[in-house]
Amino acid sequence: AQRPRLHAAARRLRSYHGDAVASLATRLDSDSALYRENYEQMKALVTQLHERAQYIRLGGSEKARARHTARGKLLPRERIDNLIDPGSPFLELSQFAGYQLYGNEEVPAGGIITGIGRVSGVECMIVANDATVKGGTYYPITVKKHVRAQEIALQNRLPCIYLVDSGGANLPRQADTFPDRDHFGRIFYNQAIMSSKNITQIAVVMGSCTAGGAYVPAMADENIIVRKQGTIFLAGPPLVKAATGEEVSAEDLGGADLHCRKSGVTDHYALDDHHALHLTRKVVRSLNYHKKLDVTVEPSEEPLFPADELYGIVGANLKRSFDVREVIARIVDGSRFNEFKALYGDTLVTGFARIFGYPVGIIGNNGVLFSESAKKGAHFIQLCCQRNTPLLFLQNITGFMVGKEYEAEGIAKDGAKMVAAVACAKVPKITVIIGGSYGAGNYGMCGRAYSPRFLYMWPNARISVMGGEQAATVLATVTRDIKAREGKQFSSAEEANLKEPIIKRFEEEGNPYYSSARLWDDGIIDPVDTRLVLGLSISAALNAPIQKTDFGIMRM
Amino acid sequence: RTMKYTTTTGRNITKILIANRGEIACRVIRTAKKMGVQSVAVYSEADRNSMHVDMADEAYSIGPAPSQQSYLSMEKIIQVAKISAAQAIHPGYGFLSENMEFAELCKQEGIIFVGPPSSAIRDMGIKSTSKSIMAAAGVPVIEGYHGEDQSTQCLKEHAGRIGYPVMIKAVRGGGGKGMRIVRSEKEFQEQLESARREAKKSFNDDAMLIEKFVDTPRHVEVQVFGDHHGNAVYLFERDCSVQRRHQKIIEEAPAPGIKPEVRRKLGEAAVRAAKAVNYVGAGTVEFIMDAKHNFFFMEMNTRLQVEHPVTEMITGTDLVEWQLRIAAGEKIPLSQEEIPLQGHAFEARIYAEDPDNNFMPGAGPLVHLSSPQPDLSTRIETGVRQGDEVSVHYDPMIAKLVVWAADRQAALSKLRYSLLQYNIVGLRTNIDFLLRLSSHPDFEAGNVHTDFITQHHKDLLPAGRATAKESLCQAALGLILKEKAMTDAFKLQTQDQFSPFSISSGRRLNIFYTRNITLKDGKNDVTIAVTYNPDGSYSMQIEDKTFQVLGDLHSEGDCTYLKCSVNGVASKAKLVILDNTIYLFSMEGRTEIDIPVPKYLSSVSAEGIQGVGAIAPMTGTIEKHTIKAPKNGTIKKVFYREGSQANRHTPLVEFEEEEADKGKSQ
Repeated sequence: AQRPRLHAAARRLRSYHGDAVASLATRLDSDSALYRENYEQMKALVTQLHERAQYIRLGGSEKARARHTARGKLLPRERIDNLIDPGSPFLELSQFAGYQLYGNEEVPAGGIITGIGRVSGVECMIVANDATVKGGTYYPITVKKHVRAQEIALQNRLPCIYLVDSGGANLPRQADTFPDRDHFGRIFYNQAIMSSKNITQIAVVMGSCTAGGAYVPAMADENIIVRKQGTIFLAGPPLVKAATGEEVSAEDLGGADLHCRKSGVTDHYALDDHHALHLTRKVVRSLNYHKKLDVTVEPSEEPLFPADELYGIVGANLKRSFDVREVIARIVDGSRFNEFKALYGDTLVTGFARIFGYPVGIIGNNGVLFSESAKKGAHFIQLCCQRNTPLLFLQNITGFMVGKEYEAEGIAKDGAKMVAAVACAKVPKITVIIGGSYGAGNYGMCGRAYSPRFLYMWPNARISVMGGEQAATVLATVTRDIKAREGKQFSSAEEANLKEPIIKRFEEEGNPYYSSARLWDDGIIDPVDTRLVLGLSISAALNAPIQKTDFGIMRM
Repeated sequence: RTMKYTTTTGRNITKILIANRGEIACRVIRTAKKMGVQSVAVYSEADRNSMHVDMADEAYSIGPAPSQQSYLSMEKIIQVAKISAAQAIHPGYGFLSENMEFAELCKQEGIIFVGPPSSAIRDMGIKSTSKSIMAAAGVPVIEGYHGEDQSTQCLKEHAGRIGYPVMIKAVRGGGGKGMRIVRSEKEFQEQLESARREAKKSFNDDAMLIEKFVDTPRHVEVQVFGDHHGNAVYLFERDCSVQRRHQKIIEEAPAPGIKPEVRRKLGEAAVRAAKAVNYVGAGTVEFIMDAKHNFFFMEMNTRLQVEHPVTEMITGTDLVEWQLRIAAGEKIPLSQEEIPLQGHAFEARIYAEDPDNNFMPGAGPLVHLSSPQPDLSTRIETGVRQGDEVSVHYDPMIAKLVVWAADRQAALSKLRYSLLQYNIVGLRTNIDFLLRLSSHPDFEAGNVHTDFITQHHKDLLPAGRATAKESLCQAALGLILKEKAMTDAFKLQTQDQFSPFSISSGRRLNIFYTRNITLKDGKNDVTIAVTYNPDGSYSMQIEDKTFQVLGDLHSEGDCTYLKCSVNGVASKAKLVILDNTIYLFSMEGRTEIDIPVPKYLSSVSAEGIQGVGAIAPMTGTIEKHTIKAPKNGTIKKVFYREGSQANRHTPLVEFEEEEADKGKSQ
């Protein structure tokens, strides 16, 4: 990788000479064999990521796509491209939802595309059904992804735009999509709740909205329907015929003309998809929305070091350790990192930096968590909450230190301090799993259960209660003990036989694709894109005012 | 101010009124300033904000836009001259410049008319009179027979006297009817009878006249000057052969391929002509010249010509200064021997007109106007600036581009180079046409004549060719970068300036963003698949070809340039995006690409074109034009009354909406 030459620092606010924050110096030997091996391994993972994403991007089968476009309809990704400001980025979420989740049934992107993009200058949550995937019907994962998108919208106060083109719930899987709290009904519940909180809900009917789906436009604040494409009805023509014997076409039953002229279910009449998206942009423009930042911003600056060096630093082998500061140096503005408590609890790195000009407090792992590291982490989180500074967790953690000495020291209560601080912190929290995510370390470093606004994984990352190796060893030990109690032998061959499937299973289930497919995260990202993804995520998160944090009781 | 003058000569002129507008008014004011003479402009309501008004030391409104009520109103102009105490009036060209009555009126009012005596205007204004005066003065005139005797014998004798080839023309003829060219005596009888038959049928009159026929003639004219002291000189000739609509379009001095002795003969004949009418001031003697460089008197223009700058460039003179000095009673500043002839000059007239539509004059706003940098050998004579309007009321000339170089070839190169830098958006111009004209090999060789444009019509007005794919890439890039600039401008208004959402990077996670941009190249839609690469470059695919495109916009003065590299070939072009059209100006010429407008954004439907029929004859400045209806249909409403003025792109009539359109425009 080539080093850019040190460029003169860009014009910055209050950049008195003496105030300059030292840039992180890198101790990287990019010619070493280790670096090159790491680089190749990570590069291979990234290539695989891109190839898989490229395939998912296509959506449904070629036949389904051809049928879709032949009707003059745009593909869902094209709809999004035409909806957002021309040339602006789109932060797609949960691209791998449903990946290898339903055996032979492929549901690319979970049959629904969600993400954040700017529409008429306003950051919006966009939810687009992909009618080329099983007619846009809702699989359990589709529901989960839709609801997760709404959760993000709610947390970050993002107006929602639903590009509806769906046949409703996937009937064979209704049991996993209909009854539970976070199932289909939650979509409309969320719409009502968000609308009540003045988070605009806009629906664009670009295909069918049948049965429950009819409530998406019906519950929207403002909606648009495409003539001869969009239909809204509680029961489609076949059901109507079955129920009352009445024969009626879909267009007459719930088309644009009916709903715009007669029923008043829809507000705007679009001639085609392009027109509908044009009208949607106009609707957003009329929101009279103004993003108010609760943080200071400074001019954005590229890091001093090329991002692809992250490949060579991190690699694919989780057993190799690396200095998280090398990662930070390739993510933050000007590679400047204002470290906090650098000399104390040094297995946890904490400090302030900026990403695209936004302030962040960064917490990164440089080894297992000790009592000091945990206390330092809790302290730092308190600082960030006090200062309205978003938190970034760079997670690469095997867990808290174990052993007699550490238990005696009270690592449980110190770990608890950090976990409690993480849980209570109301500033935007964003987590990137850049290596391992194991055990209670996952909690302390803001795993999914701690409601980070966004959680991303690198393709090399692994997530499980503990490493497969350790789990197998634990189980082998337990088995040996049982056998020993029974006075039986436990041969090394038997041990290997026991351990192998466990290791294999942990490896499979800890894989980022396994995680992303189930929406345990919001997406797998190329390490090179980390800075951009974080910038976009923080930008989106700052649409919501930063709430004051109340910490609970911390055991001292 | 109440001083009375008894004579109109021999006075120092300290203040001059310019009874004109546009570039010539500006031109005269410039010299007046140089000489320390105060200038007074007059303007019509349409010209309230125009350049000549701004340039003048004083300016007076003289009435509404139509020139009959303003620039042609002698009383008003004389009145302004009196109020402003201008001692002289410069009439420019056109308007009152060759109006005998006006010259006479000036004299009566004791105001110097910068021009010849009214008698000279009168004599030269009547064709037959001027011809006989010239013939008497020994100036070659075109031979002919205009007699009563219509016998075949008599006509044939005269034809023989004049010398073949001759032209037989019906006295009442027109439009080529009853007109025959006879190349030898053998053909005479037959052609005469044929002409008579046609004339009888067309005009019910078979009277014929005979004239010398000049094949592919050249139009060569000589600049002359006379003073009140009986002196007259010539400042060499100009070739103005290349014309369209009988109007000059490109002029040069000296005339190409003319030997010094012919040049001298031309000049001396012109001086004889001037002296024959006691000419004073600037005048032009026009000759028709055949392939053997024989020349014949056509007419004399008793004013400063539009194309006078080419003469100034090759003689190093300021003819307006000469005019003013001579009008003040001075002698001609240089003697014949002192007048040098150096190098070669071209003038290209830039008009608001549509060469593809029979050079129909246009009007409208000059939304973008940028010109080459003027210097000692490049002159931009204009009366408009960016943002001004070319009015429907007056001549549609926008500017004259005048270049000089040591020889003709060098001057021509300079002309083309300068034309490429003359860029106008907002209305149709003849700049591209001038470029093709000045690049034509026959023009380059100096083979010019009055039929040049007709003869080379195909080369000069080629059917629209498909734009090069590279240029389409540039246009697409221009569009993308303009969008980006718009986003950048938006983000500066917000508190949230550095959000990566406002970077027009087109970034997507793990995949690339490809957008289809459809552009209209003439009538063809071209779809360009543009992929945004993470490094900020773009891959553009047109049909089966892919281009790597990279670039940015930057400003120089008030122009935006697109610096761009297509497959490694770097280029720089001026970029203007107006309404739904992208214009690129570069050394390769002009590219004009339309951005299709979706139906829901365009108010008028162009569907259902079935046939065309004339709906409205339009009166241009010079000629009448007919505007054709774009489709068959029922006219619902006519927006203009007959005789009223309409701008370009204004709806003239409204059609009844057809059922098919109705459904779609809901």
